[in-house]
Amino acid sequence: MNELASAVPWLGRRNPQAARWLIVIVAIAAPLVAVLFGRTWVRVLDFALLYVMLALGLNLVVGFAGLLDLGYIAFYAVGAYTAAFLASPHFGVHLPFWIVLPVAAGFAALAGIMLGFPVLRLRGDYLAIVTLGFGEIVRIFLNNLNYPVNITNGPQGINALDPLVLFGWDLSRNLEITENLSINSLFLYYYFFLACVAGSIVFIQRLQVSRVGRAWAAMRDDELAAKAIGINTRNLKLLAFSLGATFGGVAGGLFGAFQGFVSPESFSLMESIAVLTMVVFGGMGNVAGAIAGALILSALPEILRHLAVPVQQALFGTVLLDPEVLRMLLLSLAMILMMLLKPAGLIPANARYSHVEHLKRHGVSR
Amino acid sequence: MEIFLQQLVNGLVVGSVYALVALGYTMVYGILGLINFAHGDLVMVGAMSALQTMLFLMGVTPGMSPLAMLTLSLAVAIPVCMMLGYTMERLAYRRLRNAPRLAPLITAIGMSFLLQTIAMMLWGRNYHTFPQLVSTAPMQPVAGVFVTPIQVTIIVGSALIMAALIVLVTKTKLGRAMRATAENHRVAALMGVDTNLIIALTFVIGAALAAVAGVMYASNYGIAHYGMGFMPGLKAFTAAVLGGIGNLGGAMLGGVVLGLVESFGAGYIEHMTFGFLNSSYQDIFAFIILGLVLIFRPTGLLGERVSDRA
Repeated sequence: MNELASAVPWLGRRNPQAARWLIVIVAIAAPLVAVLFGRTWVRVLDFALLYVMLALGLNLVVGFAGLLDLGYIAFYAVGAYTAAFLASPHFGVHLPFWIVLPVAAGFAALAGIMLGFPVLRLRGDYLAIVTLGFGEIVRIFLNNLNYPVNITNGPQGINALDPLVLFGWDLSRNLEITENLSINSLFLYYYFFLACVAGSIVFIQRLQVSRVGRAWAAMRDDELAAKAIGINTRNLKLLAFSLGATFGGVAGGLFGAFQGFVSPESFSLMESIAVLTMVVFGGMGNVAGAIAGALILSALPEILRHLAVPVQQALFGTVLLDPEVLRMLLLSLAMILMMLLKPAGLIPANARYSHVEHLKRHGVSR
Repeated sequence: MEIFLQQLVNGLVVGSVYALVALGYTMVYGILGLINFAHGDLVMVGAMSALQTMLFLMGVTPGMSPLAMLTLSLAVAIPVCMMLGYTMERLAYRRLRNAPRLAPLITAIGMSFLLQTIAMMLWGRNYHTFPQLVSTAPMQPVAGVFVTPIQVTIIVGSALIMAALIVLVTKTKLGRAMRATAENHRVAALMGVDTNLIIALTFVIGAALAAVAGVMYASNYGIAHYGMGFMPGLKAFTAAVLGGIGNLGGAMLGGVVLGLVESFGAGYIEHMTFGFLNSSYQDIFAFIILGLVLIFRPTGLLGERVSDRA
C-alpha cells in the first residue's frame, strides 16, 4: 500500500496517508462514476481489473524474477478452460465455484512448472521465444482438440459457463434490495474482482520483501552471483513460473465465469504481448507500475474506441481506423516509445528492487 | 515412396524460404545479439509491396510479360524493405545498443506489431490473392513426383542468393568488416571499421533477403495478408537457432532441415499418432524443435561458440 500510495502524483510524497485514502475512495467509487457514462464502462472496469491481475502475475515473472515470458496468456487460457470444463454444460459438470477456482489455479500452476522445467537453462531472449512457442502450442491445441474426441470444442469455444455463485448468491443476477432499488451484476463483479485484486496486491507486496522476493531480485540482477551466495536458482525460477501462472489461472477462471464463454481467440499472442506491454509501460518490477499500466492500457483503447469512431465520422465521413487497429497501434507504440524514452516505465521501481542496469543508467548510487 | 518424395520436394521449397529469412536473423544476432522480431514482418512488407506493384502494373500495362512484372515488383519490394530495415535500426535499435538486455527485445516485439498494424491499416485484414506469375501447374512428373515451375524457381533462386551472400561475407572487404564487427565491435572500430555503417548494412542486407523471401512465399501459396510474416519469421528464427545462431551456413542448413521436418511431420503425423493429431498441428513442430535444440544442444548443429549473452 505504501508503494501504491507514493505512486500517486503530487499527493503521494506530501501526504501518503491522504493518498492511501484517495486510492481506496477512487477504487470504490470508480464504477459509480463510470455508470454515469453508460453501463459498458462498468464492464470495461471489470475487464481492467482482470488485466490488473494478469499484469500483477506477469510482473512477478518478468519484473521480480527477470524471466521474460511471452506466453503468459497460456496460463490465463488454462484457467479459463478449466473453469469451462468443470462448470458448464459442455461436459455436463457443474462444480461449485469454490472448487473450480482453486483447481483452475492449480492446473495453471502445474502448467507453469511444466513450462519452467525445460526452460530452466535458458536466459533472456531464448527464454522469450520458447515461452512464446509454449503459448502458441497451447492455443493450437485449444483450437484443434475437437477431433477425434471433442475436448475443447475447437474454434467455436465453450458456451454458457456457470456464473460466479458465492454462498448461494449469484453474481450474474442483479441484487434486488427493494423493489425499485437493485444493484447491477456488473457492480457485483467489480467489487468481487476488486477484493481479489486487493488480496493479490497484499500477497505480492509481502512476497516482494520476503526472502523469496529478495532472492528473485538477486537472481534477476546476477544469476551467477546469486548461485554463488547459495540461492537455489532452479527452485526459485520454478516458483516464479508457477506463482505467476497461478495468478494467470485465477484471472482466467474469473474471466470464464464473468464472460460466460471461452474460445481460443481470447488467448492469442497479441494478448500476451498486451499484458507484457502493460507491465513494461507501468514499470517492470513494481506493483504500482503494473497496476497503473494495466488500468491505463486496458481503459485507453476503450476510450479511444468511443471517441475515435464519431470523431472520424465527423472529420472524414467514414471510419478509417477501426478500434481494433487503434488498440494495436497504441500498444505497439507504447512499447517502443517507452523503451526508447523511459525504459524504467511510468512509475520506476523502487531503487532497492530495481533492475541493476536501470540504476546505472540513472546514475543512482547503490 | 511417392508421398515421401513429394513431401521432400515440398519441404525443400519451404525450407529454402525459411533459410533466406533465417539468414537475416542470424546476421543481426551475430552482430548485435538481438533477436529482431520484426524481421518476419519484413517478409510480409516485401510480399505486400510486391503485390501492390503488380496490381499497379496490371492496371497500367495489362499485356506486360510475367517475367518483367516479377522483376519490377521485386525492384520495388527490395528497396522498400531495405529502407524499412535501415529506418528501424537507425530510429530504434541503435539507441538501445547499450540499454538493459530486455529493452531491445521488447522494442523489437513492439516494432513487429507496429509493422503489422500499419499493414493492416494500408491493406486491410483480408487475405489478398497474390498473382502467381511463375506457373504453379505441375510439370512432367519425375519418379511419380509433381514439381511445379514455381518450386524450381524458389529452390534455385534461393540457392543462388545464398551463394552470393556467402561470397559477400567471406571474400569481400565489406564481409570482412561484418565478421570483424560480429567478433568484437569495439576492436573492429579501433581497426578503422565504421561499425555503425556495418551494422546498418547488415540490417539492410537482411531486409533485402526478407523481401525476396516474402515474394517467394506469397507466390508459392498464392495469398498475402498483413499477418503472414509472423509465423514464418518465428520458424526462420528456429531455423537459425537449429543451425547455430550467428553462423551463415547453419542458418541455411537449419532452414532446410526445419522445412523438411515440418513437411514430413505434417504428412505423417496422422499415422504416427493413430489419427489423434492431424496436419493442423503442423505449426507446433518448429516450437518443439526449438525447445529441444535449446535444451540439448544450445549451440545448434553447426555453432561452435556458446552464446552466454543473457
